[in-house]
Amino acid sequence: MKYSYYPGCTLRTKAKDLDAYAKASARALGFELEEIENWQCCGGVYPLGSDEIATKLSSVRALNEAKEKGQELVTLCSACHHVIKRVNDDMKHVEDIRTRANNYMQLETPYAGETTVLHYLEVLRDRIGFDVLKEKVVNPLTGRKIGAYYGCLLLRPGSVMAFDNPENPTIIEDFIRAIGAEPVVYPYRNECCGGYISLKEKELSKNMCDTIMESAEGFGAEMLITACPLCLYNLNKSTAKKLPVYYFTELLAEALGVKDAKEEVAK
Amino acid sequence: MQRIGVFVCHCGSNIAATVDVKKVVEMALLEPGVVHAEDYQYMCSEAGQAKIAAAIREKHLTGIVVCSCSPRMHETTFRKAAERAGLNPYMVEIANIREHCSWIHKDMEEATKKAVILARAAIAKVNLNTPLKPGESRVTKRALVIGGGIAGIQTALDIADAGYEVDIVEKTPSIGGRMSQLDKTFPTLDCSACILTPKMVEAAAHEKIKIYTYSEVEKVSGFVGDFTVDIRKKARSVDMDKCTGCGVCQEKCPSRKTPSEFNRGLNTRSAIYTPFAQAIPNVPVIDREHCIKFQTGKCGVCAKVCQAGAIDYGQKDEIVTEKYGAIVVATGFDTIKLDNYDEYAYSQSKDVITSLELERIMNAAGPTKGHLERLSDGKAPKEMVFIQCVGSRCSDNRGKSYCSKICCMYTAKHAMLIRDKYPDVNVTVFYIDVRTPGKNFDEFYRRAVEQYGVNYIKGQVGKVAPQPDGRLLVQASDLLDNRQIKMEADMVVLATAIEPNPDVRKIATMLTASIDTNNFLTEAHAKLRPVESPTAGIFLSGVCQGPKDIPETVEQAGAAAVKAIGLLAKDKLLTNPCTAQSDILLCNGCSTCANVCPYGAITYEDKEVNDHGIRETRRVAVVNSALCQGCGACTVACPSGAMDLQGFSNRQIIAEVDAICR
Amino acid sequence: MNKPAKKQAELIREISGVNPLKCMKCGKCSATCPSYDEMDIKPHQFVSYVQNENIEALVQSKTLWKCLSCFACVERCPRDVRPGKLIDAARQIVVRERGADYLSPDEIPELLDPELPQQLLVSAFRRYRR
Repeated sequence: MKYSYYPGCTLRTKAKDLDAYAKASARALGFELEEIENWQCCGGVYPLGSDEIATKLSSVRALNEAKEKGQELVTLCSACHHVIKRVNDDMKHVEDIRTRANNYMQLETPYAGETTVLHYLEVLRDRIGFDVLKEKVVNPLTGRKIGAYYGCLLLRPGSVMAFDNPENPTIIEDFIRAIGAEPVVYPYRNECCGGYISLKEKELSKNMCDTIMESAEGFGAEMLITACPLCLYNLNKSTAKKLPVYYFTELLAEALGVKDAKEEVAK
Repeated sequence: MQRIGVFVCHCGSNIAATVDVKKVVEMALLEPGVVHAEDYQYMCSEAGQAKIAAAIREKHLTGIVVCSCSPRMHETTFRKAAERAGLNPYMVEIANIREHCSWIHKDMEEATKKAVILARAAIAKVNLNTPLKPGESRVTKRALVIGGGIAGIQTALDIADAGYEVDIVEKTPSIGGRMSQLDKTFPTLDCSACILTPKMVEAAAHEKIKIYTYSEVEKVSGFVGDFTVDIRKKARSVDMDKCTGCGVCQEKCPSRKTPSEFNRGLNTRSAIYTPFAQAIPNVPVIDREHCIKFQTGKCGVCAKVCQAGAIDYGQKDEIVTEKYGAIVVATGFDTIKLDNYDEYAYSQSKDVITSLELERIMNAAGPTKGHLERLSDGKAPKEMVFIQCVGSRCSDNRGKSYCSKICCMYTAKHAMLIRDKYPDVNVTVFYIDVRTPGKNFDEFYRRAVEQYGVNYIKGQVGKVAPQPDGRLLVQASDLLDNRQIKMEADMVVLATAIEPNPDVRKIATMLTASIDTNNFLTEAHAKLRPVESPTAGIFLSGVCQGPKDIPETVEQAGAAAVKAIGLLAKDKLLTNPCTAQSDILLCNGCSTCANVCPYGAITYEDKEVNDHGIRETRRVAVVNSALCQGCGACTVACPSGAMDLQGFSNRQIIAEVDAICR
Repeated sequence: MNKPAKKQAELIREISGVNPLKCMKCGKCSATCPSYDEMDIKPHQFVSYVQNENIEALVQSKTLWKCLSCFACVERCPRDVRPGKLIDAARQIVVRERGADYLSPDEIPELLDPELPQQLLVSAFRRYRR
């Protein structure tokens, strides 16, 4: 199975691991991530203003390329996923945005939200299946107590993201079980790490991450996993930090026994 | 040629402010057949009706058109007025120039134009009207009440006390309903069981009342005064005549792991069970899904211990068919599922509970024997938080758009009872508004605050986060102090929205009674006919019609009973003469009409016809006018134009359309 | 802000697509906001200020720069008012009309550290500048 793949800027720089482990794991699981050509940065945040078009176009380009290839579009970074999924929803449901974006794009066939956007975790859950993943695990991470950190971008707004129950998600916990480890559920796993505010309001973000860390640790987590480079960065700045934070793909690669293959797929 | 009178109503300023009524009169006089036209401030008033009567007599009118409000409002009024003046009531037509015109338009010129057109259409129709005479149908002097909660019990008692027979059909093994699950009732704090159980006993003992428990309505046919209903008596597996209600079977039953419905799943029950100690009838049922005997064939303990030999594993469901003149729906409510409100951690902590669950916890017969304790560890709480409006007043598709109406009062009750019995427990209530209209209601709430020291904070809760030590961190707004509160609580109680019993959809379909988008049954008129369904012979009692507390439910139950009694007291009902008729010369016997008839009113007969001198026997449609409700589906479906509806003939309707298009 | 407040309020409603009249003043947004303590105008007040067309106070408020766009208020609002979108719209107005002065490229070098992901810079620029 081949998917179009949108890595995003951070996965090319500070979060190379997130990308490389994902690709190595994909190979082990029998699917391929085909990077779309000439992708541009998604902008990092979804433009909330209903009158903003230009800032949505890079997402539309990526979506349209996947459509032309007849592939589903896979993302990995939570922020990219959030932006592209929401823009796709706009293209599907908001006539004004669709018309104006298509006027800019001048495509042969207008784009109207035809592409399915999947987060890598959704590929694991809905295309591969966690039961199949479980069978492919060669190195179960038995005994590890892992807290899932979802953050906000994958889950909210629930009506558009349709990723999981935004208030009590289970997809990462199910993933943790599939790789043989033990999920630790704690109530702040869907609360914000501070996001972009940490550029100038380091204290504010730190306080939020402290709450998250303390809650996870209190419930017995030994480590956290996330899909977002910014969440990882912010959580690592927490002074209450005692738990290491990993990308979920790193543990996936480890469980699949392909952790060492990452250099090779990373090229 | 008809002699038609046209009467244009001002409806105060409702019509006259937007429609030039004089102009309508003037234009109507130009229409064929119109010999009289006038306008008046309130045609429906006594003086207005007198004007109509006088015109009928003096001008020898053969038909009239009243340009006024919707026929749903006053068609009957004007028909009766015409009849008193000697005119056949079916020679009256209403042109709705209020709801269809003045209320929805702003421009007087446009609205007047439209009113003239509507009047013209009605005049065109009356020109083709013929006098009609209603038939008669009989009334079965027995009522059916669907649902055996306080609403159903009260309605049944009131009907029975008036001397009519009533059957109650209750789905669960006992009557009693939601009220039997409550501990105390506001605003007087009487024990719910103390005031409900005598009524249950009274209903069971009443010679005019028959109770079918563990039974469901399966099929309804017929019409007002003459319904035929199939009732499925589910196999109880216990012989009701033999059982003495000793309870030994329930004690000895080895299958004890089924969540108790009565205790909202907070504890378990045996497979053979009565829902609660005061159940009526005091005869258990075997829940076959959880019975070891039924599931594996091995057990039979209950049969062995039953001294009366009442256990009957071979019992089968039984269908009882009964006739009724009136049907009262009293199907009640349930609390909504909280899947959409996981920010309150209901599914994540046993110590986050609904208010109905708290009722069971507070009740001496409940899972904790009436001790207030946390379900997670059995510890007594010190800090309790109540959250109001959970799932109510939500316009975001997650919850219900309406106010559930009862929560403010029962939360004040809970808070007060807890502070009274456990003075060392702090109680905080987060509210958006406190809504306590009703006699002695606001005083009740104020007592909770002023005498019992309940801490009311204006602001909603955003998140309940279970802590590693099992306590609950409540993050909320305090809008008056303009601060965000983070407080730890031992228990959180959610004032969960109520919704109509989900079965009501099925029942409404069987009864052809309409329901609204929230699944509440629709009343015939929100103000003037609040306990009647628009479907004749169907009455509404209790929360199935809209959220209400016990006092209001009992009031409405009585009102529904009065309406049902008013129907049962009649020996005969006049039937609507606007029924379908088949022209045997045109009918080709294709069966299309019978297939679309929702009332089963059309059959086929071989009839001898004389078609232009040719005598032959043909298979033709025949309408049973007692069954026909005049919906007109057959007239539309008939490919040969043989079906016609009296009072709404194809010719009349085409004439109206022509008049509009003219 | 030189435009009259009424027009500004209209613009906020238009950009955000939010009808503040739907608000029933329950305060769930403020109950849920992780930045609440840092804000001078709280999320529920923000909705009310737009309703009352008190725009000057909004565009001067610290709140614009403390909102995380985490959508907790958007997700949990029982009336579909989505205060976070209103805050963003007000921020947009400031950024578009006044030019952004909250974040200047000149101050970036001192904010950087070796771990800082690109995503953070991109996001901050998108939210704070035109």
